[in-house]
Amino acid sequence: MAKKHLTSEDIIHIAKLGNLTLNDKEVEMFKKQLSSVIDYIDKLQEVDTKKIEPSSQITGLTDVFREDKVNEERTLPQDKALANTKSKANGLFKVKAILTE
Amino acid sequence: MDLLELTIKDTIEALKDKTFSCLELTKETFSNIKKNDKKINAFLTLDEENALKQAKEYDDLIKEDAQIFDKKPLLGVPVAVKDLFTTEGIRTTAGSKIIGDYIPPFNSTVIKKLLAAGAIITGKTNQDAWGHGSSGENTDYEPTKNPYDLTRVPGGSSSGSGAAVAYGASLVGTGTDTGSSVRLPAGFCNLVGLKPTYGRVSRYGIIAMASSFDTIGHMTKTVYDNAKVLEVTAGVDPYDSTTVPEKVGSYTKVLGQSIKGLKIGLPKEYFVEGLDKKIDESIRNSLQVFEKLGATIQEISLPYTDYAMAAYYILVPSEVSSNLSRFDGVRYGKAREVFGAEAKRRIMLGSYTLSSGYYDAYYLKAAKVRTLIKQDFEKAFEKVDVIVAPTSPTLPFKIGEKTDDPLAMYLSDIFLCPVNLAGIPGLSIQSGFVDDLPVGMQLMGPQFSEELLYKTAYLFEKETEYYKIHPKFKNG
Amino acid sequence: MDKKYQPIIGMEVHVELKTASKMFCSCKNDPFHAGKPNVYTCPVCLGLPGALPVANKKAIEWTIKLGLALGCKINSLSKFDRKHYFYPDLPKGYQISQYDLPFCYQGKVETPLGLVGITRVHLEEDTGKLIHQEVDGQNVSLIDFNRSSVPLVEIVTEPEIYSAAQAKEYAKKLRQIVRYLDISDADMEKGGMRLEANISLLNVDSQMTNDKPISNLKLPNYKVELKNINSFRFLERGIEYEIERQKEILEKGETPIQETRGFNAEKNRTYSQRTKEEAADYRYFPDPDLPPINIDSKWLGEITKSNPVDFDLRLKSWQEEYRLKPELVELLFETASDADRLDEMFATATKEKLSVEKLVNAMVHKKIKTIAEFKKLTSVDEVSDEFLLDIIKKVLLANPKAVVDYKAGKTNVINFLVGMVMREAKKKIEFNRLVGLIKKSLA
Repeated sequence: MAKKHLTSEDIIHIAKLGNLTLNDKEVEMFKKQLSSVIDYIDKLQEVDTKKIEPSSQITGLTDVFREDKVNEERTLPQDKALANTKSKANGLFKVKAILTE
Repeated sequence: MDLLELTIKDTIEALKDKTFSCLELTKETFSNIKKNDKKINAFLTLDEENALKQAKEYDDLIKEDAQIFDKKPLLGVPVAVKDLFTTEGIRTTAGSKIIGDYIPPFNSTVIKKLLAAGAIITGKTNQDAWGHGSSGENTDYEPTKNPYDLTRVPGGSSSGSGAAVAYGASLVGTGTDTGSSVRLPAGFCNLVGLKPTYGRVSRYGIIAMASSFDTIGHMTKTVYDNAKVLEVTAGVDPYDSTTVPEKVGSYTKVLGQSIKGLKIGLPKEYFVEGLDKKIDESIRNSLQVFEKLGATIQEISLPYTDYAMAAYYILVPSEVSSNLSRFDGVRYGKAREVFGAEAKRRIMLGSYTLSSGYYDAYYLKAAKVRTLIKQDFEKAFEKVDVIVAPTSPTLPFKIGEKTDDPLAMYLSDIFLCPVNLAGIPGLSIQSGFVDDLPVGMQLMGPQFSEELLYKTAYLFEKETEYYKIHPKFKNG
Repeated sequence: MDKKYQPIIGMEVHVELKTASKMFCSCKNDPFHAGKPNVYTCPVCLGLPGALPVANKKAIEWTIKLGLALGCKINSLSKFDRKHYFYPDLPKGYQISQYDLPFCYQGKVETPLGLVGITRVHLEEDTGKLIHQEVDGQNVSLIDFNRSSVPLVEIVTEPEIYSAAQAKEYAKKLRQIVRYLDISDADMEKGGMRLEANISLLNVDSQMTNDKPISNLKLPNYKVELKNINSFRFLERGIEYEIERQKEILEKGETPIQETRGFNAEKNRTYSQRTKEEAADYRYFPDPDLPPINIDSKWLGEITKSNPVDFDLRLKSWQEEYRLKPELVELLFETASDADRLDEMFATATKEKLSVEKLVNAMVHKKIKTIAEFKKLTSVDEVSDEFLLDIIKKVLLANPKAVVDYKAGKTNVINFLVGMVMREAKKKIEFNRLVGLIKKSLA
């Protein structure tokens, strides 16, 4: 497997997917580090998995549901719901204006 | 009382016999913490006021009700809680600065169960932020030090919980184990550390690292103590859809049962270059103890071992990138710039392995390799009952030794993460000491074989009694 | 319609299910009547660290119910996936949705303007609600999570809708079906049902299509997403506007930009909301917190059994049995249980030798609700011919002009005379009997 080298554009793109903004120093650092990790994980391409089913979960458990019942004990009062932010107004969470037309 | 020596078993006896009270134990514990934690950095938050209040109430209960220890099996037991565990009203940071001020409005299921069983929370422990790490150095706070040698790491990511139990600052340290995070600190701090079967203990309220890997375990000084805690924490939780409705075992009741005829497998892929020779030797000496106890040893093969780390470092970051998406600074915490370097690395790596055009080559491929690794273990368990391997390829390493090389750090988990890929239980116990540093040994069994692992470990521990060796704060 | 350009429309409709509790937690599902913001939330739907989802079984069953009513196939193995994007109203940074194994797929909806293929019906969770407002002189966006994690069904069609009118018919039909199944209020104004249309124009001339059906033609290489439409009328007007707008662009030899547009009802035009610079990368993967779902034949059988008779079949059978006009009787019910009650009423009426047709007429036009009311309405008083003839005589004398008109051939005046007699008699008398008696007196 050829060595994979991520470009600065790649790093910025991936960061954007993860909603991260990076400074130039970080871009350089992550470019080097992530390239070496990706180089390592590329080793999987050697494995023949044609007839193998993927495991996204491991215990084989299926069909776990809850009944359609309201449990008010779990509901948080408004002040508790908002307790961990300072950015709020009139019982609502507040963020910078999101553009709308 | 000598906190370094004290176990849960001793404590319950002493409380019953009134050798000391809950309050005395709690006060002594906090005075130890105040004296020593500056050196160790095991705790991020202490909860002394509540702990003392609780202790007084329990002393009253003991006076009133002779049967109280049956109802509350961990009455008065001080527990150090990893900071990924959501604790109502107690700051929960995940070892990160991004939620450095977060006060949860609810308790995780395990905390509820521990409190109902009478445990007393001493505080919240330091860790690699979000569970991302093997040394404790990825904390956004001051790194925890190994009580056996203060220049070395205690193992991570449950670094504070491990160190706390080791220096007598609590009798139980709760932890989470996604790839190594309970077993490695147990191995590095001369403790017993359980990574239970996936789905055995509820994840509800534990800040998620990689949801299909995360297991909720704990560290104690002895096997008995460890089994006793699992009796409290295990079981189905209607709040966690992935808990399995398998009967909870009588983990303490099987202790002492013979292991004559037990077939132990030694995976040849784990005894290769890169494994410290002295550790190799220590494990082989321990195998003689098992043989003496009536077990037979045979070499086995787990052929896909070599691919486990690669699969792990695709699937885990994929889930991490998803699980850390909720930290947007809107409802709690700070903005995403505040993430530490390791969290950023994993978010980016996971965003990449899930992204359009790469999903099949990475996520899906790794999920298939995961199946192969699971099958490796299933085939092995057709031949043997338990698999034994070193917990770590190296001794506790020096602080700073691997911080600039993420890949080298990732490889510390090489013997541990296959267990998380397969969802099986792993129990790290002590194999002995090398250069005055603890050497961990891992027992692995099929899904839901915790009873067997405890039974096996218990007899070994009775023969060896490494838990009687205590840390001396070397280089402190 | 211009023959050169054929509109190609696909629709995505979101419908909130009216379960008692939310999709993945036990909070109350009633965002429209909460009264205050952020009072129906818990660690799960606020996306607090460590909280985990547990799926609401009823919501899954209702989704399958809807799929069955739309003639869909049901996946025997299904699962939930995480769909990632960042927006302040999405608390976890991902929405729990379904990607490659939706509960239902390949169905169809009959509209008066033709059949519409259903691609898939899947279940997901709703987001919180954003409110744009000025607070302390600053423009801000405020978030209410009462709606967060309310079960939301998405119904996606094939690009098989060929006019604005058909899009409207399709949407109306869909609302009728979900209301009939009683799984959603589908309140468009409040956002309980939300419409999206993907619109493009196919240049028919360029593809030599004399005998090929439209569905066999190559689709246009762009589409415009018309979003956040909250009424059927706006949907129709929005699509009509889009067709004209796109036609103008195509006529100039250009291709409309692939983008999302909204509809401004006051100005009666669509406007650009955002251009998709690059396709969104949602990084779907199976949600590790939610085990997969097996819909075995036993469970599917139970859901099928609980499903009511198909809406259209029901109307058809009433038409055959009672000669009821579908468009009339349709006005009398919304839910299947309403329809069941009608069924019982019709049977009772038949047993009592009453006309179901007249009953339905009276129910629609006179707003009567019960058979008793209907009987009262149609009952007649016992009166003799002599009594009536006597009154008729008086009425004819008092209205000589009507008599003259009648004799001149204006037979319609008889209705007027009937009314006069009834008023005079202060009794309920069968219409035809009176007509007969009046005619006799006039002869």
